[in-house]
Amino acid sequence: MTATETTEVEMMQLPMVAAINQTLAAALEADEKVFLLGEDIADPSGGVYKATMGLSTRFGTHRVRDTPISEQAIMGAAIGAAIAGYRPVAEIMIMDFLAVCMDQLANHAAKLRYMSGGQTSVPITVRCSAGGGMQFGAQHSEMLEAWLCHIPGLKVVVPSGAGDAKGLLTSCIFDDDPCVFVEQTVGYFMPSEVPAGDYRIPLGQAAVRREGDDLTIISYGRQVGDAVAVAEQLAGDGVSVEVVDLRTLVPLDTETVLTSVAKTGRAVVVHEAVTRCGFGAELSAVITENVFDQLKAPVRRVGAKNTPVPYARELEAVFAPARDDIVAAVHQTIEGSSR
Amino acid sequence: MTVTEEVPSTHVLVGMFETMTRIKRCDEKFRSMIKAGQIVVTYYSPRGQEVIPSAFSQLLRPDDYVVTIYRGLHDHIGKGVNLRDLWAEFLGKRTGTCKGKGGPMHITDPSSGLMVTTGIVGSGMPIANGFGLAAQLSDTDQVTVVNFGDGASNIGAFHEALNLASVWKLPVIFCCQNNQYAEHTPYAEGTSAEHISDRAHGYSMPGITVDGNDPLAMYAAARDAVQRARAGDGPTLLEAVTYRFHGHIMGDNMSYMPKEERQAAMDADPVPRYREWLIAEGHLTEDAAVAIEESIGAEVDDAADYALSCPAPSADEIEDDVYAEVIR
Repeated sequence: MTATETTEVEMMQLPMVAAINQTLAAALEADEKVFLLGEDIADPSGGVYKATMGLSTRFGTHRVRDTPISEQAIMGAAIGAAIAGYRPVAEIMIMDFLAVCMDQLANHAAKLRYMSGGQTSVPITVRCSAGGGMQFGAQHSEMLEAWLCHIPGLKVVVPSGAGDAKGLLTSCIFDDDPCVFVEQTVGYFMPSEVPAGDYRIPLGQAAVRREGDDLTIISYGRQVGDAVAVAEQLAGDGVSVEVVDLRTLVPLDTETVLTSVAKTGRAVVVHEAVTRCGFGAELSAVITENVFDQLKAPVRRVGAKNTPVPYARELEAVFAPARDDIVAAVHQTIEGSSR
Repeated sequence: MTVTEEVPSTHVLVGMFETMTRIKRCDEKFRSMIKAGQIVVTYYSPRGQEVIPSAFSQLLRPDDYVVTIYRGLHDHIGKGVNLRDLWAEFLGKRTGTCKGKGGPMHITDPSSGLMVTTGIVGSGMPIANGFGLAAQLSDTDQVTVVNFGDGASNIGAFHEALNLASVWKLPVIFCCQNNQYAEHTPYAEGTSAEHISDRAHGYSMPGITVDGNDPLAMYAAARDAVQRARAGDGPTLLEAVTYRFHGHIMGDNMSYMPKEERQAAMDADPVPRYREWLIAEGHLTEDAAVAIEESIGAEVDDAADYALSCPAPSADEIEDDVYAEVIR
């Protein structure tokens, strides 16, 4: 059966957080080596965003383990158990808290396969909620995926919706390398289609969400939805925009990105993270290095302001990239084209 | 020598002697070859701390786990890492335990149960809990020993790890090799507790301080901690008091170590002292001791020669082992 013959697959409408919950349950069911650990993840809390609701009741608190507020201890326990043959899924409640356990993640999870000459692998999945839009201020709202992409040994995944969350999270859990799975909080509650049954999306396979001829928007996470909305809006003005959803940043599907940009000749990169040294800079470089001759205009980046995430609603709205910013970038790119 | 309630069998006593002799010989060989310019190695001498892993070498099974630190040669040998593979890794050779990609600070040898060697002070402890958790979840009686220095008891990871190990009752032995110096800083200047073991009380686990240069006392304390972990009774913080004969890293001038203090420690070298005791007590004859030393000396020479003869890794291996499959 090929990927196009999906008509027979039953689809459900689910918010992303429910899809994640079902995915974790299925993984716990499928493989006794899978276990979860994190702060407040067991019932009755079931996680601060309820991603793990019901799982400790169903699978036991030995497999869905509440931990103290000790991110280093959480990450370390996951790493050791992974080397010893388990597939731990560690929840770091909010991505900013990765800073507290970055030594375990960056110096150990990422490097132990290499430092051991391939003798040990660290098949952990680190789930964290991330991103702004909730007025949680500077320490509970960041998108820090660029930090992680800079560390060889980690895989970095950002789903754009509920169905991808299921397919990508399943792949992360059963992958033999450490994966960080970034769940944008605002996206938790947005429903979208989720295939029933075992569903896996290979890591490193981008998706073309919308085809177009004039310009490619490359994005990931919930900003893909913004990009598609902008593309639809601009279609009314006669601008044909292609949208590429990266899904995984490491490994990066450069082929899909470059094929699209080579076709359209123009690229705008969109992400929620701070623009400076964000993943967009890497994408811009990859595009320029590889398809410079096909480019009709410089690659443009749309990201957040280079500030900490502010609290006030009015400031947070200015901080984050909005649809109008994407529209403006598309227009500037097309109008500034050399040919 | 502290003669405890019962003296271990001659087999165990001699086994400890063999391990400490192997460690001492390796250390001497590394230092002499580095000094002579024959090899270039980032080297952290464990000389003076031989007794601690020698005791564990008689208590741990191959399927028990050990985690250690950059000053880890003695722990590697104590857990039974093959000397040829170990030497080849120290020399950065393709045939080393880690294909030359890890080096002395990152020895991993799952076949002997030496699981992680970290260069980050204190970081081994949270990971050791994971090995303990795996054993607990799998319902095996494997134990994990994680070694660290006195300086590591001042970093946050120590406290997070001890707390979690106690809450989850993990089969982990936190073995603090208190060698009196946190890199260049003397114990009392950087550590608020009189004994590292005092810190165990805050985490509701036994905290034991033992003379880590006394093989019988060290063996007894390690045995109790191993038994406790194996029986499912939880973690122990075992502080083995010892002394680092040489500087933090080979080449440092040791200006921060008082000469008389260092000389006194070296005069009380635990290895020859133990040898004398074994002979005096009839566990070993002089001839048998010499035979052990010669045999181990030859084994170490062979490992060094082997490592010198091995090829360096080739450039095309650099991207292997970052991920399960190469990702560029």
